[in-house]
Amino acid sequence: MSGSAFHRFANPRRFLRLADALMPWLAGLTALGFAVGLYLALWASPPDYQQGETVRIMYVHVPAAWIAMFAYCWVGAASAAALIWRHPLADVAAEAASPVGAAFTLLALVSGSLWGRPMWGAYWVWDARLTSFLLLLFLYLGHWALLNAFDDPQRGRRSAAILAVVGLINVPIIKFSVDWWNTLHQPASVMKMGGPSIDPSMLHPLLAMALACQLYFFLVTFMRMKAMLLEARRQTRLYRAPRVPAAARRTAEGGRA
Amino acid sequence: MSEYFAMGGYAAFIWPSYALALVLLVGVFALAARRLEAATRALDDRGGDGRSDDRGDGGSEDDPAS
Repeated sequence: MSGSAFHRFANPRRFLRLADALMPWLAGLTALGFAVGLYLALWASPPDYQQGETVRIMYVHVPAAWIAMFAYCWVGAASAAALIWRHPLADVAAEAASPVGAAFTLLALVSGSLWGRPMWGAYWVWDARLTSFLLLLFLYLGHWALLNAFDDPQRGRRSAAILAVVGLINVPIIKFSVDWWNTLHQPASVMKMGGPSIDPSMLHPLLAMALACQLYFFLVTFMRMKAMLLEARRQTRLYRAPRVPAAARRTAEGGRA
Repeated sequence: MSEYFAMGGYAAFIWPSYALALVLLVGVFALAARRLEAATRALDDRGGDGRSDDRGDGGSEDDPAS
């Protein structure tokens, strides 16, 4: 994003206007995306010749994992922007997206585990992909914990931002873990050189669910950002309000003395 | 129909995946919606639509009652 575009949308007031305009569309498209995605995933797609019906877990697991990583990149990028430019909207963007990403991370881990039991014979193995993904969950939890660990929220936001930026190193490790190490987890079959290698009848439900999850992420993140901005606006007003009685009280005390 | 829900014997793994997805996504959405509604209402309670800063707080300064 160019500098001027960044500053255009970094203005909280302008962001609120943009979010208000986008949110109804995002809500409608998210609902439509999940309706189409679930229909394809649970009804209109065939069982896999090897995995049987368990392939349907993939339509939850893979989009959840993608969005978990996308959300982490969002949090990391917003945190970097917050540290460099000290723009308050960047802090809000990071804090708003973090729990959404954590939810997708948990979903990816549990659904993967539920797939692993019948297909690998184990709910969990300590291989590189699974371990680095578990670390992603801990990074989200650490981010949340740091945000709430200090009396001074600004210190909490700075510490959380530093953790988020350092944790970005884990994203390529997750992505390439299946190539760098000998893992039980299968390598990429969609986002890879030469294009996807899975059948369209399974690629379509996967992409529909992924799109729905992506839209859901933007919808909920914008809702949370808006809520946080409105809360901050109210705080500013509450801060200003006591000035009047305080000044009045000083005058009154001065009068008495 | 019961054959469909049996999912070729994998029902115990497939349906919990979808159930957790539903619980998490609906839950996170509901929390965000509630927080947004509360924040909007809190601003409205103080007068104005939350956009105009020239109304509300400043006014009490000239309020003879204070």
